[in-house]
Amino acid sequence: MLVHVVDSGMGNVGSLVSMMHRIGVEAVAARNGGDLAGARRVVLPGVGSFDRGVAGLRTGGLWEALDGLARAGCPVLGICLGMQLMAQGSDEGVQAGFGWLPVRVERMRPGPESSGFRLPHMGWAPVRVERAGVLFEPGAAGQRFYFAHSFAIAADDGDPAAVATAEHGRRFVAAFERGNLMGVQFHPEKSHRFGRRLLERFVLGADRA
Amino acid sequence: MPRARIIPCLTLLERRLVKTRRFTGPRYLGDPINAMRIFSDKEADELVLLDIGAQGRGPDLDLLGRLASEAFMPVSYGGGITTAAQAESVLQAGFEKVVIGSSALQRLGFVSELAARVGSQSVVVSLDVRGGGGAGFRVVRSRGAIEVADDPVLAARRLADAGAGELIVHQVDRDGTRCGYDLELVRMVSSAVGVPVVALGGAGSVGDLRAGVAAGAAAVAAGSLFSLFGRREAVLLTYPGDEVGRWER
Repeated sequence: MLVHVVDSGMGNVGSLVSMMHRIGVEAVAARNGGDLAGARRVVLPGVGSFDRGVAGLRTGGLWEALDGLARAGCPVLGICLGMQLMAQGSDEGVQAGFGWLPVRVERMRPGPESSGFRLPHMGWAPVRVERAGVLFEPGAAGQRFYFAHSFAIAADDGDPAAVATAEHGRRFVAAFERGNLMGVQFHPEKSHRFGRRLLERFVLGADRA
Repeated sequence: MPRARIIPCLTLLERRLVKTRRFTGPRYLGDPINAMRIFSDKEADELVLLDIGAQGRGPDLDLLGRLASEAFMPVSYGGGITTAAQAESVLQAGFEKVVIGSSALQRLGFVSELAARVGSQSVVVSLDVRGGGGAGFRVVRSRGAIEVADDPVLAARRLADAGAGELIVHQVDRDGTRCGYDLELVRMVSSAVGVPVVALGGAGSVGDLRAGVAAGAAAVAAGSLFSLFGRREAVLLTYPGDEVGRWER
């Protein structure tokens, strides 16, 4: 299985490709729309601000190619900003996201009982698996991942797409699955065995989405 | 809130891992790629890599790319970053964050520019601080030669306001002493800003790490604690295991 990792100049492509190799999967960087032709698994990383993320993808035909692949049912995994770009928009910027998810990304803020709340949300946090699927196996517990962000998608109770949530001030979506579209707010490529397992499950199991 | 992070801080000089103490030394420790692999295998929370030979030369991107491919935890890099383009190259090479030194206080616009380009979560400023214990603190740069500020709290606030997403408070006078963090300094800075603060300088035991967290540090970093062992300071790369448990903040 070949994984295409989108390289728009904003994101940790090198680390993702390294981890893919550790899993035993071949990965290539896709720098323009043409590079994505025939893709069967796409990972969309992203580090930085929302508007710059949009601008980066708007060059070289990446935006149109990704949108086409998403609508055609190709499994796509967004990571951190990559996941946020799948939403309609973000408090962080003025540009529109892909809109594959009918939600907005909001600036995180303390909850009524938060003490020691800091932004960015930076570090390892436990993730509550809400339902098993492609990314998490049934009974998955003790999952923790590395987060580095100041914006997030709020977790609405009972949202079936939110497969995992975490809390920082308020509960937010840590991972979602909506058919062939998936996203994680944390960095699996920087989360040791937990991230490796999740990426493995995406690569091997996404056809069952 | 996220678990307090424990962060080995490694120093590079001419592609070799070295240990310095209060800007002097350096003592050769070993191969950096090997060290990165070891800390990644030990599932370290995070790691900070500082290249003290990079001033004027800029980041050694070839080495950095190879180092980043060994790490499955976030790694921050600092050393010789003076332009946003250099910062972006370092992040593209596989590093999570870039570290700028105390000179950032005299270039607040650069901090803001970086934050706008790569996001605050990827911009760390490391404040080198000396003094304390009733004598007053001073923030220094250029290996301690130049004072840039006499109030670490004000300095921290300015940097956080400018867009730094994380601050390392490095108590230089305690480097390698293993006598514990400067808890007064950690407390002062942690309570003054809303961004995560990393304590560095003086940690000699797991107890010291816990004390740093109790004083308000979001993360506790150390160099010699994780790279040297015993009175004779033999080179030994270690990382606390399950005994530290899950710390609550």
